[in-house]
Formats: sequence, structure tokens, C-alpha cells
Amino acid sequence: MTAQQLQQLSITACKVRMGIVKSTHAAKCGHPGGSLSAADMFTYLYFKELNVDPQAPQWEDRDRFVLSKGHTAPGLYAALALRGFFPEEDLLSLRKIDSYLQGHPNMNTVPGVDMSTGSLGQGISCACGMALAAKVRGKDYRVYTLLGDGEIQEGQVWEACMFASHYKLDNFCAIIDNNGLQIDGDVAKVMSPYPIADKLEAFGFRVAQIDGHDFRQIEDAFREARTVKGQPFAIVMKTVKGKGVSFMENDAGWHGVAPNDQQYAGAMAELSAKLAELEGK
Amino acid sequence: MADVKKMATREGYGKALVALGKEHDDIVVLDADLAGSTKTGMFAKEFPDRHFNCGIAEADMMCVAAGLAASGLTPFASSFAMFASGRAYEQIRNSIGYPALNVKIGASHGGMSVGEDGASHQCCEDFALMRSIPGMVVICPADGVEAEAATKAAYAYDGPVYLRMGRLAVPVFHEEGFQFQIGKGEVVREGSDIAIIANGLMVYEAMKAGQALAEAGIRARIINMSTIKPLDEELVLQAARECGKIITCEEHSVVGGLGEAVCAFLSENCPTPVRRIGVNDVFGCSGPAYEVLEKFGLCADNIVKVTRDFLGK
Repeated sequence: MTAQQLQQLSITACKVRMGIVKSTHAAKCGHPGGSLSAADMFTYLYFKELNVDPQAPQWEDRDRFVLSKGHTAPGLYAALALRGFFPEEDLLSLRKIDSYLQGHPNMNTVPGVDMSTGSLGQGISCACGMALAAKVRGKDYRVYTLLGDGEIQEGQVWEACMFASHYKLDNFCAIIDNNGLQIDGDVAKVMSPYPIADKLEAFGFRVAQIDGHDFRQIEDAFREARTVKGQPFAIVMKTVKGKGVSFMENDAGWHGVAPNDQQYAGAMAELSAKLAELEGK
Repeated sequence: MADVKKMATREGYGKALVALGKEHDDIVVLDADLAGSTKTGMFAKEFPDRHFNCGIAEADMMCVAAGLAASGLTPFASSFAMFASGRAYEQIRNSIGYPALNVKIGASHGGMSVGEDGASHQCCEDFALMRSIPGMVVICPADGVEAEAATKAAYAYDGPVYLRMGRLAVPVFHEEGFQFQIGKGEVVREGSDIAIIANGLMVYEAMKAGQALAEAGIRARIINMSTIKPLDEELVLQAARECGKIITCEEHSVVGGLGEAVCAFLSENCPTPVRRIGVNDVFGCSGPAYEVLEKFGLCADNIVKVTRDFLGK
């Protein structure tokens, strides 16, 4: 990755974060914490990794992305809007009556959303079905899914992991956003999912453990994923919940609460300063 | 009616899958370690590359089916009714129903006629669960031939369908080559003293009751209402207007099934006295299928009794 590419991705990620803050502020609710922890991943996926076409969201041979942790829709929507799937100003309609931007992703209303999700644990299984469909139909698209580290407490996640491994879904990549916090607090205290990587390996995955805010590490992990044959791939990424907005960082309280007007102004000032710095202004 | 050919509805389902598999390469079949019992094993034998055992993991199976459907394939996902509709209810609701994906759920071993396995496996709540999901089509065929035709009709229909089949071999009264129409009931015996609306194996029981009632001078109209949702409202309305009294019969709880669907429709459109024959809000028990059915009043004798009592004759 060149320095210029890194700079560009960082700029885009900052804009994705601004989209998350703007949309949840406008909605007066939503889930900023986990959207911000995954903002760099959303950015990398939609601006580098996924073979998708905003002009043809239903293109049959596209790569698929399933947001298994569907409550972080604000992050996905911001990335989709910036990538050109729909107008950025529509982000302000998030969660409002008659808006197509539902609180959790709806595949039938939002261009670019490949699966309706929101009930934790289900998206990864749906993604497995999509990966299996590629095998059945002889297509070479890849399927990606993003899960929360609290979400993997759902038993169905491990049913899906068995399935991915049993059917050798090497076109499938599960990403775990290990920000360490869920609604009720520290994941290790609520119901420890650790050790995550060891569990995934035991279920037959090849696993990469990375810093989810380092684009070079994200790139290396996805490169490795493409080389693996005969087994599914997982990326366990260590992240900071609320990343990029200092007063939201590492605070479970920001899981599902929107910034008020004052907090919004503070968050936008911080992100704007960051953006100006990245753009060298 | 003594020496009629018998066949389980699950058998008709298995036959239809094989026939459909030969004609359509978009069909894939999923099972949760019950391929021998649900009869998807018949498809697995013919098309091993398009049959996927998901292991004992119904929740995962339903969502895998959703992903397959979202990628252009037509999945049939099978298990026992208890686990298909019960264990995986929320997966069906959120990952199949809400996105309106083209998944067909083939649920076998529905109702009390599971017999010896007992209450844990006698699912009498699946119509209620599946009916409550917006856009879900719910079908319970009455015999093997109808099940085969219904499975083919489910394939031809674009959208989620729940097909409820039984374990027990039951008398076949449909002719080979019968064409199934989703949402259309069928008058299997004419009459206007009372209308008996049934589905599943209760249709044949109602036909036997119809015969016995005729011998007592009561002309009962017997209707096979195999599609519970969408309900054939026109046929129900006609029966209410022409017969004046209605009895519903189903191998399902009286809560949330065919009986309630008929009552709800009639109370708003043509208030009519109705009696519901079904499982009276209790759990089942072990025993040979027909003995269990009789114990819970799911038999021709009870239909006759309820009818005569209802008519005061």
C-alpha cells in the first residue's frame, strides 16, 4: 500500500466516521460505538476489497457483504453513500419514518445491502449460504461478513462456523470486531468469548489477528485470505469502540446512544480537525 | 373407503423434490440430520451435489437457505415441524420472512400423528407461528398426491412457503396428476346442512364423518382447506352463507390455526356459529398414532359427535 493510498483511505474513513456521527445525531438514536470501531473496516471493504458496482448493486457476480452485527448500520450506510450507492444527504434520514435507511439493514430498500440483518447470529449463516451458492453455481465471487465480539456469544454463530468449515467455503471470510464491549459492559465480564482466534481455528478456520485500525494489516489479512484453499478464513481485529471520537472511545455507554447537539458539535470539530490534518490543510 | 391406498404426505414431498430436481437446476435441498425421515434423502440420492446436510443445526440451516435464495437458488429446507417452525422461528421470521426470500420450508412430522415419540415432537403450534409471519404461505396437504402437487406449486410460487407434512401413511383420495392451486380450497363432498372445513389428515376423517352423517340424514359439506394462509375466503363465505354452521378440523392447536383463521374472517364478514375441532390447548402424549389421534378427538367419530350436538340432531 502506497503512502498516498493510505492517506486516501484514512481520509475516507474519517468521512465515514462523520457520516456515522451526523446520521445518529439526526436520528437522535442508533449505534455509534460499534459503527466507529468498524469504520476503518467498512472503508477498506467498500473502497479496496469488494468487487462491487454502485451503478449495479444487484450485479450477479459481485462480492457480497453481510453485516451480521446489523445494529452498526450507520457505519455501513456511511460507507455505501460515500462509495456512491445513494446520496450522502440521505444519511440524515436514518431511522426516520418512511426512510429507506431502516434502523437495521434492509436488503430490499437500501442499494448495496446484500442481506437484511439485525438479529444477532443470523447474518453469518446467511453469508455461508451465499458462499455455498457461489460454489453450486460455479461463480468466483467472495462473501464477507462482519460480526461483533458480543454477537459471537450466540450459539448459531458456531453452527455457521461448523458449516463453513464442513463445506470448505474458501470464498468466505468472517471478520470479528473485537472492540471488547457490549451493551452491558466488558465482553469478558458479561460472557467471555475468549480465546476467539483459538476457537475459530478449532472450528476449522485459518485466522489472522490484526489491529483493525491499521489499513496495512487489514490489507495483508485480506491478501492472505485469498491464498487459502479448502477452508474458510477469519480476521479477528482488535479495535476501539467509538474510535475517532475521543469521548466515545472505550465506553460501553456509547453502544446505542446518539450524541446530543453539544456532543455532536464536539465530535464533528474533532473529526473535522482530523480530516484537515489528513488532507494537509 | 376400506381399501384405499395409503401414503404419507412427506413421501409425496420427497417424490416432488426428485421430479423438480430433474427439471430445474436452481433447486437445492437442505436437511438437519433427518433426510431419511423428511424424505429429502430421495433427492440426495439422485442429486448428491445439490443436497446439503446442515447437521442438527436448524437455526443455521434456515439462514443458509436465506443466503442461497438471496443468491438466485431455490432452497427447500427440511426438518421436523417442531424444529423447523419452533427452534428456527426467529430465523424464519427475520432472515426469510422479513426480506421475503424465496425459501420453501418442508416440515415433516407435524401434529399428534407423530405418535410414539410423544409431546416433545408433536408440533401442534406451527400453523400459528408461521401464519403470524407477514407474507408467509402456509400449506398442509391432506394426502400424498396433494403433497406432491403442493410441493410443485410451492416451487412455482415466488416467495416463502411453509409446507406441513405428516409422518403417518394416510389414505390417498386425490387422483394422480392433481394440480394444486395455492390459496384455493376444495369441496370434497357436497352438502348444505353444515360445512366441515378441514386440512391435513383431518380431511379424510371428515370425509368418513360425512359418510356416517349422510346415513343419519345429515348432509355435510366437506371442504379441504389445505392452504391456511392465504385463506380461501370466498369458499369460506359461501359455506357460511349456504350452510349456516361451520366446524373446523385440524391436527393443530385450536389456538392460532385453521379454526381461528376461519373464525377471524367470518366474525368480520359474516358472523356464523363455528365449532373448532383441534388440540384443545394441551400437550400430546406417546402412543400409536391413531390411538393418540382418537384420544384427542382428532377422528371421524368425534367429528360426527360434535356435528350432531351442534345441529341438535
